[in-house]
Amino acid sequence: MLRLGCGAGFSSDRLEPAIDLAEKGALDYLVFETIGERTLAFGHRDRQLDPKRGYNPQLAARMRGTLAACKRHGTRIVTNMGVANVVAAAEVVVDVARSQGLSGVTVAAIEGDDVSDLIGPDTILFDNHDKTVAEIGRPVVGANVYLGIDAIIPGLETGADVVITGRVADPSMFLSPLVHHYGWKRDDWQKLGQGTLVGHLMECGMQITGGYFADPGRKDVPRLAECGYPIAEVDERGNCVITKLADAGGMVTPRTVKEQLLYEVHDPAAYLTPDVTADFSGVTVQETSRDRVSVANGNGHKRPDKLKVTVGFDGGFFGEAGVSYAGPNATARAALARDILRERLGGRPGFEALRIDLIGINALHATAHAPRAESDDVRVHAAMRSANRDDVATMLWEVESLLCCGPAGGGGYRGQITPSVITHSTLIDRDAVRPSVRIFRA
Amino acid sequence: MTRHIKLHEIAHARAGDKGNTSNVSVWVYDPGDYPLLKEQLTADRIKAAYPDLIQGPIKRYALDHLHGLNFVMHDALEGGVNTSLGLDSHGKSWSFLILDLDVEVPDNRPG
Repeated sequence: MLRLGCGAGFSSDRLEPAIDLAEKGALDYLVFETIGERTLAFGHRDRQLDPKRGYNPQLAARMRGTLAACKRHGTRIVTNMGVANVVAAAEVVVDVARSQGLSGVTVAAIEGDDVSDLIGPDTILFDNHDKTVAEIGRPVVGANVYLGIDAIIPGLETGADVVITGRVADPSMFLSPLVHHYGWKRDDWQKLGQGTLVGHLMECGMQITGGYFADPGRKDVPRLAECGYPIAEVDERGNCVITKLADAGGMVTPRTVKEQLLYEVHDPAAYLTPDVTADFSGVTVQETSRDRVSVANGNGHKRPDKLKVTVGFDGGFFGEAGVSYAGPNATARAALARDILRERLGGRPGFEALRIDLIGINALHATAHAPRAESDDVRVHAAMRSANRDDVATMLWEVESLLCCGPAGGGGYRGQITPSVITHSTLIDRDAVRPSVRIFRA
Repeated sequence: MTRHIKLHEIAHARAGDKGNTSNVSVWVYDPGDYPLLKEQLTADRIKAAYPDLIQGPIKRYALDHLHGLNFVMHDALEGGVNTSLGLDSHGKSWSFLILDLDVEVPDNRPG
């Protein structure tokens, strides 16, 4: 039986329950998954600003919290916290190991996901109505292919304590230890499909132990504030039980497992990864005891010939600013502030795409339906993206100026400008990708 | 005789995003409600409810043995997480747009 834990399900996921898992999980592997389309873009942005950055900002904190315990328990770490700068990340892990007096820690850095060289003006972006890179009309800041088990397993084969990657398919970080440990054949599509199912269920961390789930009165989760990360116990056939530490908060139930089963899945019978075309359509979910759910009957078919690439483009600058109104007639005052902003900025070139929402009335679902309620606590929120930072600064200035020359009682101005990267996707031939391993030693 | 209730009363849901495509899986609490979910919660129904937000086609997949439906909604995220100017650029809350829809149940249905 192999015990896999997940210590992060996204870039900013919590640290304390990961430390608990490293200390008490009796794990063979601890996986930290931290890359999304948004956070990979941030990695490119950070690396542009400073060539020594571009990895996950919480890397050092996560290693300080878990590396010693993992070394003590023989738990190996697999993580994509390298994001857009794998080598710099490996050096951070080595620095942490040295600072904690952990001699002999080895780190395997998996390179080769940066495929910027393979992207040209004629590259077709399948997620954007087959427009070409040239038609986007923005500079490319990075292009990363989703690597899979073929890239990660050579890192495990070196015996490294920590395997650190950039862009890999999230489930591949869980499938790799299974294939490595059990010696599954690389064309045993059924097992690779079941192992990918395990990885898919685990990759978002607490989203299967009660996170992203609670709906008070409908779906209550015990001690959500102390929610624990998940553990997968996987046998040599790939059959698995999803569970958690007994003393951790949260819960594992068929409902939490089912919601995660289709999270970010399109066709349940064809979930594409670099490793397999996984088939979740016949998966069975069975509660065997409290906080233990058995998951079986994942299947798979031949892996795709092409690999997915996320292409990042310079998105200029993103700015957002807000001011709030509360008390009697707040909704009308906020609406007046919105109309004033539109009048002051709307006619000017460069501000065509300005978006203004009324938080408290209809913000998140503003393009879904018309507002249905009044509120006595409303925030005007303006957002725009522009290649011209000065235009974004002008927008912030106009929002702040509402304090003195807008409707009565406006307060709580905040505004910020951040560099922006936008992303699209393309496909490249598998053969064009050449992953490699570099070893770093503390 | 029948009455209308919010889907939220009989089902739970989760939203995910890839690029400008949103998917929402919908699961009934009580397997006995699955036939009415499958009959009433069609792709056309969702498209008709939110035509301005969901600009592309919607495809529905059914996992009958788990009593759940998966809706894949294209061009449904105002451009996607790195492009949208909306506050919820992932569309995390799209699950509750679906649960906000009404379903028709028998008058004598308990609960």
